[in-house]
Amino acid sequence: MARKLLLEHINVPGINTLDVYRQKGGYRAVEKALKTLTPDEVVEEVKKSGLRGRGGAGFPTGMKWSFLAKPEGVARYLVCNADESEPGTFKDRYLMTYIPHALIEGMIVASYALGAKTSYIYVRGEMMPQIRILERAIAEAKAAGFLGKNILGTGYDLELYVQPGGGAYICGEETALLESLEGKRGNPRIKPPFPAIAGLYGCPTVVNNVESIAAVVPIINDGGDEYTKIGIGRSTGTKLISASGNLVKPGVYEIELGLPVEEFIYSDEYCGGIANGKRLKATVAGGSSVPVLPANLTLKLANGEPRLMSYESLSEGGFATGTMMGSGGFIAFDEDQCIVRNTWNFSRFYHHESCGQCSPCREGTGWMEKVLHRIEHGHGKMSDIDLLVDVSRKIEGNTICPLGDAAAWPVASAIRHFRDEFEWHVREPLKSQETNYGIAKYAEPIAKAEVTTDN
Amino acid sequence: MLKVEEQQPVEFSPALITKFDEISSRYPEGKQKSALLPMLHEVQAELGWLSAAAMDKVADYLKIEPIEVYEVASFYSMYFLKPQGKYTLEVCRTGPCCLVGAEKVMDHIEQTLGVKEGEVTADGLFSWRGVECLAACGFGPVLQIGPEYTFYENLDEQKVDTLIAELRKK
Amino acid sequence: MSEKVKVTIDGITVEVEPGTTILNAARQIGGDIVPPAMCYYSKLEGSGGKCRTCIVKVSKGSEKDPRPMPKLVASCRTTVMDGMEVQNITSPEVMEARAGVVEILLINHPLDCPVCDQAGECDLQNLGYEHGLQKTRYEFERRTFERIDIGDKIQLHMNRCILCYRCVFTADQITNKRVHGILNRGDHSEISTYIQTAVDNDFSGNVIDVCPVGALTDKTFRFKNRVWFTKPVDAHRDCPTCSGKVTLWYKGADVLRVTARKDIYGEVEEFICNTCRFEKKKTDDWVLEHPTHISDASVISSNHYETMIPLPVIQENLRLQEANKVELEKTAKF
Repeated sequence: MARKLLLEHINVPGINTLDVYRQKGGYRAVEKALKTLTPDEVVEEVKKSGLRGRGGAGFPTGMKWSFLAKPEGVARYLVCNADESEPGTFKDRYLMTYIPHALIEGMIVASYALGAKTSYIYVRGEMMPQIRILERAIAEAKAAGFLGKNILGTGYDLELYVQPGGGAYICGEETALLESLEGKRGNPRIKPPFPAIAGLYGCPTVVNNVESIAAVVPIINDGGDEYTKIGIGRSTGTKLISASGNLVKPGVYEIELGLPVEEFIYSDEYCGGIANGKRLKATVAGGSSVPVLPANLTLKLANGEPRLMSYESLSEGGFATGTMMGSGGFIAFDEDQCIVRNTWNFSRFYHHESCGQCSPCREGTGWMEKVLHRIEHGHGKMSDIDLLVDVSRKIEGNTICPLGDAAAWPVASAIRHFRDEFEWHVREPLKSQETNYGIAKYAEPIAKAEVTTDN
Repeated sequence: MLKVEEQQPVEFSPALITKFDEISSRYPEGKQKSALLPMLHEVQAELGWLSAAAMDKVADYLKIEPIEVYEVASFYSMYFLKPQGKYTLEVCRTGPCCLVGAEKVMDHIEQTLGVKEGEVTADGLFSWRGVECLAACGFGPVLQIGPEYTFYENLDEQKVDTLIAELRKK
Repeated sequence: MSEKVKVTIDGITVEVEPGTTILNAARQIGGDIVPPAMCYYSKLEGSGGKCRTCIVKVSKGSEKDPRPMPKLVASCRTTVMDGMEVQNITSPEVMEARAGVVEILLINHPLDCPVCDQAGECDLQNLGYEHGLQKTRYEFERRTFERIDIGDKIQLHMNRCILCYRCVFTADQITNKRVHGILNRGDHSEISTYIQTAVDNDFSGNVIDVCPVGALTDKTFRFKNRVWFTKPVDAHRDCPTCSGKVTLWYKGADVLRVTARKDIYGEVEEFICNTCRFEKKKTDDWVLEHPTHISDASVISSNHYETMIPLPVIQENLRLQEANKVELEKTAKF
């Protein structure tokens, strides 16, 4: 049985209350950090742990913390990014719903480490129930002396507030989130300056994902070195994976990084295989933005070795044969799913969620959606496929924030790996409206001749 | 664009104003504009939607220009700039939910309610729309109903029927 | 005083103040290597970064850290570092990407130049001419917006807008009250006042001058004439509100339009007030200086100045001609 650091007590009745949470060892990290460690020592522990941002980019959290500017007399802020909106990702909702105190505890420790006196948890507005849960948990923590003035008699003051969003995927981008928290439209800012220098209200700010902050708790309890013992290589610790799509047991799983993808999909401890006895056609391993992979490349690297659930292994092979860890939103497609339809669906999502600032993303996402819609509904042309690749290239890397890339990658990767299915939609406009292309060769073992690696 | 003569004046309840005061105390002095998003949620919960007059009052409270409120309210997808049904069923229509039948659920809602996406039923009780990913992909298809955004998971046609029947009785 | 930094753009080296952007460094060099800018406006704080037409390649980050930047960057919002090397028109990658941006800016543009007052002085038209394809690959209906009325001075054509945000910055920074803004999101974003109201205050007319396309035009000049048939003359007046330095656009002896004076990058030299712009349309209101210098590349310069000397007012006034006979002959010879 794999080790669980975040979800260990998820099934304990009442774990969402402060009392039960404390009985299970909760708020030890706050006591330890505030009473026995200096803020810099907390940062050092997190650095040692090798924890990488769990929101998608995978940037080392400790490093991010150490970049925070600390000018005299200027407030610093910690903002938790709970604007979970990446299609396929629902781990933060799960964590906040069932163990809200894990996030609150992490926020206190992290705020202490960064010297923040006011911290915000920016929760997407649709998660109103979770906002109420967090507000209740904060009230409990405050009543118990873990928040407010002079926490545990250490002289450290902290106020923690929950901020609802208004419904915009783009606010998951940290600078758009800060704009939104300032009561403005969620237009990402041009960087530099980075939030570590000028973030919320122009003050130095750290923005971290819910899971990253919650992971600070076990890191402080057990030490950064202990944390690195879990995982593989530079992918240390455990990671919450949101599993969805055509799986026997979709849901949120805490895995030790380095778990083989095959085991994650098929073992009974995790997803239990593909639902309804069907076969796996494709996966999106890290949330809708990352490249989609056919079943064979999901389970195995191009050289035939098993692919693992780790930052490095998932991206092995670059975009030619790999994908990304992203936010850990694992979507499985069974043999009867249509890749063209799903690509169109994702494309509509990015079109809908583009903030509209940068012209390539504003206009290009809509263009891609229209072309994909046409192909999916049997009106496509063969030249549309190359057109899509070309438009996606014009968006990628040419926008202020990564939403442009996120919109381009699913389209480009779907065509890279499933071009025959797109061509079939064009060639068989009527048939494609009634049946699906099926699993084709996507699940066949990777042929020796096709082995290509980047190096 | 709205004509000026179409504006209906609105009143905010004292409870709402108290809530405004509490919300704006969460931010440092001079940064009260941060309260805008949560305040708009509160107004929408009380009035059901955001009329121009309501937004003007919010602007007035925060001492900002009305256009700043319109800009924000129209950017985010949760704010209704037109009156809605008493219950607005917001169904997730993004990839993972579609893999497990969200499109069928939406078709069924459309047939059951007899109104198209974005329209309000004649009795004023219901409206529905597809929304983008609600971050509950493992429990799809899902829908939510404001103002508290209560969640309904693992939907099928039968569960939708039950839900609509229950809401009618309320 | 901080030391100047060296930056090389398309092989030409220039020394600039630290903190200068690549675009402004290029403007100091001048000429063909200056990236085009559709949203950046040096007089408006916070502008730029959005349209992506000014993208360039940084092939060497700086002397200290010579690594190239991984992506093309918006030159208007990227500051130079000492020893930085930048490629603009010498990089095929940049030219291809820019052509892509131009194509994308045009897919939903109505291309109604034949009836657009901006035609002839439109940045998008110029950009399309330089980089655009002969035909579009976009085969869908172009996006349209409901027409809205923002008062009797300024005409808004949202369909033409490229969302540069310049008019919003202008209203924020130059006028005392902003009543218009960007509504909605993504490709439905539009310039609007939301509720019916006029964009009208002392400096509101400047949104016309900053607009790079024909989205905001002068209602008092609407359909009066094509700009290349009008003749610009620099003039000034003693104005209590603004500098009073303007360009008058003549057709014959009539002033059809008043605008601020613009530099070679199409930016106004000084913002002017609405009184100067909309209400002073008689030659008597102004002290004329000289014909405005118009770039040879501009269509406006095509058929002008042979008839500009003497000025149209003088051409029609026999008394003036008589009184200045000697001087006028000198100029004619010149």
